Amino acid sequence: MTSCQTQYLLMLLLSVGVSAVEVQRPRGVPLSKRQFYEEGKPFTCLDGSRTIPFDRVNDDYCDCKDGSDEPGTAACPNGSFHCTNAGFRPGFIPSSRINDGICDCCDTTDEYNSGAACQNTCRELGRKERESLQKMAEITKEGFLLKQQLIQEAKRGLEEKKAKQADIQIGKKDLEAKVEALRTVKETAEQPEKEAKERHLKAWEEQKAVIQMEKDKAKMAEVLSELDDDADGSVSVAELLSHSELDPDSDGSFTEAEAQGLLGGVDNVDSVAFESVWNNIKDKYTSEQANTETPAEVETPGEEVREPPSDNDSEQYPEEDIPEEEEEDDDEEDEEEDQDDGDYKSPPPTQTPDKKEDDDEGTMPPFDQETQNLIDAAQKARDAFDEAERALREVDDQVKNLEKEISFDFGPNAEFAYLYSQCYELSTSEYIYRLCPFNRMSQKPKFGGSETNLGSWGHWAGPEDNIYSLMKYEHGTGCWQGPNRSTTIKLTCGKETVVTSVSEPSRCEYLMEFISPAICQEPPSLDAALHGHEEL
Amino acid sequence: MATFTERMAPVLVLWLAVFLSGTWAVDKGNFKTCDQSSFCKRQRALKPGESPYRALLETMELTNTRLTLQLINDNNKVRLLLELYRLQGNMTRVKINELKPLKPRYEVPDVLIREPPTEPARPFRLDIMEGRNVVMSLNSRGLLAFEHLRMRKDTFSYKVTSTVASVWNNIKRVFSSSQADPEAEKKEEADPAAQPEAAKEEEKDEDGMWEETFKSHTDSKPNGPSAVSLDFSLPGVEHVYGIPEHADTLRLKTTENGDPYRLYNLDVFQYELYNPMALYGAVPVMLAHNAQRTTGVFWLNAAETWVDISSNTAGKTVFGKMLDYVQGSNETPQTDVRWISESGIIDVFIMLGPTPKDVFSQYASLTGTQAFPPLAAVGYHQCRWNYNDQEDVAAVDAGFDEHDIPYDYIWLDIEHTDGKRYFTWDPHKFATPKEMLQGLSDKKRKMVAIVDPHIKVDSNYKIHNEIRSRSFYIKNKDGGDYEGWCWPGSAGYPDFTRADMRDWWASMFAYNQYEGSMENLDTWNDMNEPSVFNGPEVTMHKDAMHGAWEHRDVHNIYGFYVQMATAEGLIQRSGGVERPFVLTRAFFAGSQRYGAVWTGDNAAEWEHLKISIPMCLSLGLVGISFCGADVGGFFKSPNTELLVRWYQTGAYQPFFRAHAHLDTPRREPWLFGPENTALIREVVRQRYTLLPYWYLQFYHAHRTGEPIMRPLWVEYPEDPATFALEDEFLIGRDLLVHPVTEEGARGVTAYLPGKDQVWFDVHTFQKHNGAQNLYIPVTMSSIPVFQRGGSIIPRKIRVRRSSSCMMQDPYTLYVALNLQRTAEGELYIDDGHTFNYEKEFIHRRLSFANNVLSSVNLAPEAQFSTGSWIERIVILGASKPSKVLLKTDDGQESQVEFDFDASMSVLTLRKPGMNAGADWNVMLQ
Repeated sequence: MTSCQTQYLLMLLLSVGVSAVEVQRPRGVPLSKRQFYEEGKPFTCLDGSRTIPFDRVNDDYCDCKDGSDEPGTAACPNGSFHCTNAGFRPGFIPSSRINDGICDCCDTTDEYNSGAACQNTCRELGRKERESLQKMAEITKEGFLLKQQLIQEAKRGLEEKKAKQADIQIGKKDLEAKVEALRTVKETAEQPEKEAKERHLKAWEEQKAVIQMEKDKAKMAEVLSELDDDADGSVSVAELLSHSELDPDSDGSFTEAEAQGLLGGVDNVDSVAFESVWNNIKDKYTSEQANTETPAEVETPGEEVREPPSDNDSEQYPEEDIPEEEEEDDDEEDEEEDQDDGDYKSPPPTQTPDKKEDDDEGTMPPFDQETQNLIDAAQKARDAFDEAERALREVDDQVKNLEKEISFDFGPNAEFAYLYSQCYELSTSEYIYRLCPFNRMSQKPKFGGSETNLGSWGHWAGPEDNIYSLMKYEHGTGCWQGPNRSTTIKLTCGKETVVTSVSEPSRCEYLMEFISPAICQEPPSLDAALHGHEEL
Repeated sequence: MATFTERMAPVLVLWLAVFLSGTWAVDKGNFKTCDQSSFCKRQRALKPGESPYRALLETMELTNTRLTLQLINDNNKVRLLLELYRLQGNMTRVKINELKPLKPRYEVPDVLIREPPTEPARPFRLDIMEGRNVVMSLNSRGLLAFEHLRMRKDTFSYKVTSTVASVWNNIKRVFSSSQADPEAEKKEEADPAAQPEAAKEEEKDEDGMWEETFKSHTDSKPNGPSAVSLDFSLPGVEHVYGIPEHADTLRLKTTENGDPYRLYNLDVFQYELYNPMALYGAVPVMLAHNAQRTTGVFWLNAAETWVDISSNTAGKTVFGKMLDYVQGSNETPQTDVRWISESGIIDVFIMLGPTPKDVFSQYASLTGTQAFPPLAAVGYHQCRWNYNDQEDVAAVDAGFDEHDIPYDYIWLDIEHTDGKRYFTWDPHKFATPKEMLQGLSDKKRKMVAIVDPHIKVDSNYKIHNEIRSRSFYIKNKDGGDYEGWCWPGSAGYPDFTRADMRDWWASMFAYNQYEGSMENLDTWNDMNEPSVFNGPEVTMHKDAMHGAWEHRDVHNIYGFYVQMATAEGLIQRSGGVERPFVLTRAFFAGSQRYGAVWTGDNAAEWEHLKISIPMCLSLGLVGISFCGADVGGFFKSPNTELLVRWYQTGAYQPFFRAHAHLDTPRREPWLFGPENTALIREVVRQRYTLLPYWYLQFYHAHRTGEPIMRPLWVEYPEDPATFALEDEFLIGRDLLVHPVTEEGARGVTAYLPGKDQVWFDVHTFQKHNGAQNLYIPVTMSSIPVFQRGGSIIPRKIRVRRSSSCMMQDPYTLYVALNLQRTAEGELYIDDGHTFNYEKEFIHRRLSFANNVLSSVNLAPEAQFSTGSWIERIVILGASKPSKVLLKTDDGQESQVEFDFDASMSVLTLRKPGMNAGADWNVMLQ
């Protein structure tokens, strides 16, 4: 079939060459328009705008608005010149390229009066084009065959996946039931556990209250004896006045009346009556032994602990003045910050407000055996439930992945499915580019440095009639003051699956050339080829 | 590769980070206000009417070419020498220097094209009069100030030197007394306070006199204060222009309520519009205009300079009031201008007009005219930071052919080099530059590559090694090579103020030195303010040393020298044959002699499009005609409408180049859909059809110094309605352009000047009367352009791939008749690229009168032959003839066919066919 095609091409080109020699027509006119230019008869501009004598055709003056009277000169700004290009493809060039000293038509016909030394390169070009057409045809043919295999594979793959999906769905149902059952077990075990724990806690609270009360009583006795300067077993107004901190309105003068008020309106209270007085004064009372340790010393360490972070903060500020440091490496800086955060976080445990309470009232006693048994049982039920739930999640993920893969647009016949979960690399002088189709595109410096995301799978982006010819990967790493990086993948037909080039035509917008058999179109049949060539 | 660039150019990121501070605009805090510039603050604190200077009339000496006079500062007894010259061509030069400076003060060399010839002096005074009218008055407000050079008081050497000086003065006096004017001597002797040493002790030191710190940068100021200042009063003047470069209105504003206009070449990141901040270039030339007269002041000083402008609407000076009295008017407006420079001397050229064109010619006689560029440089330039590699260049080049859009130059920015080492090529991306250049040359196209003046400090870099070994680098204050940060990282800055350095630099452009270069490679000098990323205000430390001079003295002229040396290199490499093309960002008075300038790093915003007009108009007024703004805007990305409007505006400005920042999406003309491609194609083609007219304007600018792109008042100086117009402009005399610069515009109102004049819409040939505001409905394809009735404009309507492809093409003449049914124009033709134009060219006058259009040779001594012919003559505002005869110089007569469009009164003569260089007459009968 290939050789047939080649032969045909040769024949066609030959016939064009012959006709160019035989048919007389004004310079620059294509065969198809020859009938409009009849020697000796008035010429009507092809747009019909006016009619001129024939000697004004190609007389180097533009008479027709559409430029049709000057197909062979540069006189009309919008004219076009037809090159016959015998041995190659005929074509049109803008008439502004006639006689501009630059060889445009391979048959040199555009430079008939400029002195430019043009070589006729049509045969050479024709030969090259035929070779490359032939090569392309071969590639397309083989590629198309490969594509059929890919389609078959994809079909099989899809069926397998669907079967697997069904299997998993069944397994998933079982798992769901299991999770529900275990949830019930867990909840059943947790109820008695909760009750036993609460009981235990309540008992401990009560015990703590008793201890607290006893401590309070002891303290009261201590204070009573401290206040009772005359050791008569009772506290008088005078004895109370020595403690100015007890001044109820804290106005700086602790009057006798106020002291009396504190003592419940009497001048003197005994140890029994003091109990009610104590409740009024215990928050303010300061021991005469001046051991005020608690308020001051506990708070100071707290403040000190807070300081280091603020020191670190101030170290961060110079960035604004010395941006050089800031810019050295963003990532590095982030890491440093993380470490710093860790540092800030470790000191606070020294604050330990809980511990103090423990010291005062002792620690909660361990659970009794019965409670502990209930807790252990509940824990076991929880573990079993968690495990089942995890398994269910995994299955869910599997299902989702499968669904995603099955629903992916891998082309009209899923011919691109084989690219899924594969990666392809291209190494340039500086970078390794890595394309994982339907996933992401990245760039990694060859000589150290971190990877840059050039975009995640977005969508097919070809023109409407060939939407699968381009892939778009979007939302990659952001560019400084620019857009997020993105990549367009241009697919061309070939036997292999390989990346052939990567470029960055616009800042942060990459273009990758990618060869795959999946894009190969069915080679045109002989009929189609015949039809297509006729239009030339 | 984005990642690559970011890693390899940390400086870019840093530098931007410094200035960004999270916003998209200039960080004004990085640049000094007058208050932060100690000399400006000191000088500005001086109030009018307190002049301590007194003329010592007995010291006046009058020769037949100059008048000299000593001035004495009554406060410190320091004497100044004032020299006044009457210059040929109605100019006055005033020079003031210290009579006996401690050490020489900088006098700017190389800017004047020659020592200006003087005229025999007539008696005159500092009030420059014409008839009864005072045209200009110097120091009428008493703001002359001259910070004399002094010794540092706290140093040992000061004490020793003052003693020695005092002894020396005495000795000198003994020996010179016989020759000196005895009276002056007596006077000095009689006044013991005249001893400068005695006075010095009373001087107060102020902050910033001996050291100044700005944003962690300290200026060591070893020479102390050295500022100079002088004021000018301009009675009758309300409109002053010039002193570029500022992103501000064409008509300069008064500065009483803010900072003065600042002239200090700076690389300003994302500059802000409508303010007096300094930008990349400085031309200390101001024009003053009223309906009767135009004058100019050229303040020849290359140091940091501030210009204060006030007007009498805020209160008149005594002088102004007196003038009111003398002239019998209460309403005489007056503008007062004060110049303050940090160092150097006062050297002022007062250009007395009286017409705008006289001022242009006077200024041209001092600093020269616009370099005559190669024709290709007048075409369209396609630039981007950056075309990535040779394939990219080839693809863009092919894109222009595919979309049938002409262009002449494609540009390469800094990324084309091997690691920002200028004169080299990236070995991977531009491995075979000659192949690439040959490819362009095959299409008759050219390339510009960037060569910046910061040189990477790298012992493997030839350019660096040579500069270092020749000790050509600028030195720091301690005598070592000055190093700053720029694109390549650590960089040295060659001392372009040295002639030997410039010669060497020029030699580096030789084809055998600049590897990979070819005839079709021209040059772009960027960052030549100079830009120093880590320097004060992103430029060089003022105490850096250029030989004996401080950078302070020469700052504003550095960029001028860079372009001078580069242009010289391009001339030399061709053996003096080819005209160079060099674009520069920094400039000074006289830069017009070396090439083109652009308005720097603008942004893709409508306001930036608008300001491109006043910015280029201001440059044109002070001699720099070859001006343009980055089409599309450099920073940010333009929307399609803005891009199209910018192409339409840029196509009618002298330097027409699209450019874009590295981080912006691609914007070659065909990337915005077929409709917009067609709009851009159309306007680029309009540019190319008008190339003969543009080229003629460049020739004129080169010959006369007149601006190409000019404000309307230059042509209509008596029409006050034109004085502040900055949304439209003229190209030469004959084309009026009112670009559409409003988003979503449906119409523009253009002012068509000239009472008895008519204007023809160049697209529709519709005729409009002058002296009216004309509303023009617009669509996206509209670019309102009008041809003046009475003019003849040659075009080449066969637009090809590039200007040189069109060299031999025929002309179409557009003859627009005025109300008198006459018209005049010119035709200029040469080879388009060599210096042969000095002798080999065609220059013809085309004139239409009495129904005869004729072509007359304006340069009979010049030789040139062209293959171009006249293919069509379009006469606008014509009536229908019965027949048309062509008479050529051999006496032959032939009939010419024609078409007449009665609805538009357009007569089109078909293919008369005579050679463009011949004498001929076309008669309408």
